[in-house]
Amino acid sequence: MDFDVMKKVPVSEQDPQIRATNFDEVCLGYTKEEAVLEASRCLNCKNARCMQGCPVSINIPGFIAKLKDGDVEGAYNVISLSSSLPAVCGRVCPQETQCEAQCIRGIKGEAVSIGRLERFVADSAKEMGIKPQLPADMVKKDKKVAVIGAGPSGLTCAGDLAKMGYDVTIFEALHKAGGVLVYGIPEFRLPKEKVVAKEVENIKELGVKIVTDAVIGRSLTIDDLFESEGFSAVFIGSGAGLPRFMNIPGEQALGVFSANEYLTRSNLMGAFSPDSRTPIMRAKKAVIVGGGNVAMDAARTAKRLGAEVHVVYRRSEAELPARAEEVHHAKEEGIIFDLLTNPVEIVSDENGWVKGCTCIRMELGEPDASGRRSPVPVEGSEFTIDCDAVIMSLGTSPNPLIKKTTAGLEVNRKGGIVVNESEMTSRAGVFAGGDAVTGAATVILAMGAGKAAAKGIDEYLSAQ
Amino acid sequence: MFEIVTKKCLGPKVFLMEIKAPMIAKKAMPGQFLIVRADKDGERIPLTVCDFDRDTGIITIVYQTVGAETERMSRMNEGECFADVVGPLGNPSDLVDLPIEELKAKKILFIAGGVGTAPVYNQLKWLHDNGVEVDCIQGARTKDLLIFEDEMKAVTKNLYFATDDGSYGIHGNVCVALQKLWDEGVRYDHCVVIGPVIMMKFACQLTKQLGIPTVVSMNTIMVDGTGMCGACRLLVGGEVKFACVDGPEFDGHAVDFDQALQRSRLYKTQEGELMLRLTEGDTHSGGCGMCS
Ligand SMILES: Cc1cc2nc3c(=O)[nH]c(=O)nc-3n(C[C@H](O)[C@H](O)[C@H](O)COP(=O)(O)OP(=O)(O)OC[C@H]3O[C@@H](n4cnc5c(N)ncnc54)[C@H](O)[C@@H]3O)c2cc1C
Ligand SMILES: Cc1cc2nc3c(=O)[nH]c(=O)nc-3n(C[C@H](O)[C@H](O)[C@H](O)COP(=O)(O)OP(=O)(O)OC[C@H]3O[C@@H](n4cnc5c(N)ncnc54)[C@H](O)[C@@H]3O)c2cc1C
Ligand code: SF4
Ligand code: FES
Repeated sequence: MDFDVMKKVPVSEQDPQIRATNFDEVCLGYTKEEAVLEASRCLNCKNARCMQGCPVSINIPGFIAKLKDGDVEGAYNVISLSSSLPAVCGRVCPQETQCEAQCIRGIKGEAVSIGRLERFVADSAKEMGIKPQLPADMVKKDKKVAVIGAGPSGLTCAGDLAKMGYDVTIFEALHKAGGVLVYGIPEFRLPKEKVVAKEVENIKELGVKIVTDAVIGRSLTIDDLFESEGFSAVFIGSGAGLPRFMNIPGEQALGVFSANEYLTRSNLMGAFSPDSRTPIMRAKKAVIVGGGNVAMDAARTAKRLGAEVHVVYRRSEAELPARAEEVHHAKEEGIIFDLLTNPVEIVSDENGWVKGCTCIRMELGEPDASGRRSPVPVEGSEFTIDCDAVIMSLGTSPNPLIKKTTAGLEVNRKGGIVVNESEMTSRAGVFAGGDAVTGAATVILAMGAGKAAAKGIDEYLSAQ
Repeated sequence: MFEIVTKKCLGPKVFLMEIKAPMIAKKAMPGQFLIVRADKDGERIPLTVCDFDRDTGIITIVYQTVGAETERMSRMNEGECFADVVGPLGNPSDLVDLPIEELKAKKILFIAGGVGTAPVYNQLKWLHDNGVEVDCIQGARTKDLLIFEDEMKAVTKNLYFATDDGSYGIHGNVCVALQKLWDEGVRYDHCVVIGPVIMMKFACQLTKQLGIPTVVSMNTIMVDGTGMCGACRLLVGGEVKFACVDGPEFDGHAVDFDQALQRSRLYKTQEGELMLRLTEGDTHSGGCGMCS
């Protein structure tokens, strides 16, 4: 194949016009030839900077070298030493600010497409039936560990503990395991059956039990887990699921949703499909408030459900917190960005249905303490966008339920659980990680925290 | 799986089911609710825990078939299983936290409307088991719709009936009944109202006039029931609350009922279409222009 070594090997994607009307995956992934060709761009640096950019320090040149030789299984094994969800991370990690941002190739040309290679390796390994295995020398330990939440942090922590020989049970509040991977991130970015369900199956095959429909703090408390259920340690990976609203007039109108509600209906409940009996509003014109990944997912979902979509964000394009790729994909699909704009009121008709969203123009003022230029309203610049739905994607914070029902569990000002360097909370034997600790962050950080906590739990229990 | 061990039809469109759910039966308290899902394509439906037996691990639900999902549930039979039952969710009733002596000193009135009778029953039973005697007004459109009559009698001091058509008990709605008792000199210092939103609205207007502190249980639209989606939000005293985690019980004099009524209509058209599909099946071929 003839290609420009300075650039990434292009990947096939569904045509924007077509994909804006379906929920199939947007990015189709590399073929083996493409993957091996892209792998050949890696310089196999001695001091691999990409690894420093990776929050879990995957041996990137190591797995790419195996791939160059066409050894998919070898490549998969290298990744598995550090990551337990490569098919997920290859798809949703912000590589452009992590590994790929550091890649030497990126100085003069484009970075090696580490994410697509990771995805290729993970997907191919799945097709070949390669799975994570319990270590041959594993000794079963006579101790039970409970994991709260089946998101990336919980699944990872559980998988690692199972590999160390512990008897692990995950308690998940919803009826399906996966956390944000099943309820938040849409099918067109992260297929549920093909990818997420398989990852969950792999964890189960390591011997981890998953109890769905179990809300810790209600169905059982953390004290129950220790006292009546016989667990010796607990990991809290309950995420940051509490949605924020703007507290502006009209927010209670019919047609105003949190992104969590909208996405949960579509993803977890499958409301985009005619087989599902869960209703979802199919808006004609939707305003999405916010500029993060969640906003992009809500916007692209609304688009696929038939709406004209406006993303309203109070800063400028440069500050959009969403991944560049998501913004690019959203634009290709015809989503309109109303930047430097902020809602001030939601207007409704006589029956209480949204009929418009009044916004004010913003301009960027002086940089604040964090160095970000803070937006200030331009007086008298109000205008109304006609719309029938407004979806609030303003971020989320940790759910207070576990804190409320667990005496002595310390949380910080933002509701994040406080942990020490081995991820232990203020309660002995109770560990925590992921969004429940940091507030809304990323899959890879949650996974890393799950790994660190598994190590912490093992040390704690071994010392007993 | 959550097996249906008993199914009873209590009246037109009202069903009782006993379901095996040991983890929930162990923890449930009066005032809490469940979320159930009939099968893998089903919607998540909130229903109050109407009774629980910690020893047998059985919980009871009572529901009215108002839409497609409850209609489908009503077609399930003993021995079949719900795909999911999760709970107990929400906060237990405030009453269960009060010292028993304090409860005994209070004059408490419950007002139950329609299937709201079932959740009221759970609280009455708990109070009765703890030696607290209370009164209750049970309302329905007509006599045939009154459920749980014997059970309710067994756990109340005075049980009054009110039917809109006068076919049983006091002629008129629950407000007429309360006003009548009040005029006869009966006094209460705490009231709990559970039933259709519209009934709770008017009952609260009356208890406010009469100066009786009143608690209501809000049956908003819900999805997860854990505080994650905000579908269940409502205004209480001007503040946004989530019924699933802040409630379901709230100060009835602070709830914005009009808005709650409005929000309950959110998916009405879509739900109506689903119901048509279910009840008319393949005979409903579309084309009449009435449904899109
Ligand atoms: C729409 C959306 C898009 C995103 N896109 C990206 C992206 O592109 N890239 C990226 O890296 N990150 C993305 N993120 C962020 C990422 O998904 C999260 O940071 C990550 O999932 C956090 O993992 P976690 O394990 O900490 O929690 P979660 O994934 O939130 O999982 C927590 C689990 O715990 C369960 N739970 C909560 N409370 C209880 C309880 N009391 N008892 C039992 N179970 C409980 C929840 O139901 C849930 O299943 C996105 C997030 C959202 C919402
Ligand atoms: C905390 C809580 C406890 C509840 N407890 C019970 C209970 O014990 N028994 C019971 O029968 N119901 C109870 N409900 C109400 C029950 O959840 C709804 O009736 C059910 O979701 C309807 O589902 P459906 O698909 O059959 O009807 P839908 O198709 O969703 O609705 C059909 C029609 O009924 C209307 N409707 C929807 N929800 C309600 C409601 N809450 N009240 C009145 N009309 C409604 C809709 O606007 C629509 O027009 C409770 C709700 C909550 C939030
Ligand atoms: S920095 Fe880039 S070129 Fe160097 S090892 Fe990592 S991926 Fe390969
Ligand atoms: S039902 Fe989702 S937050 Fe209450």
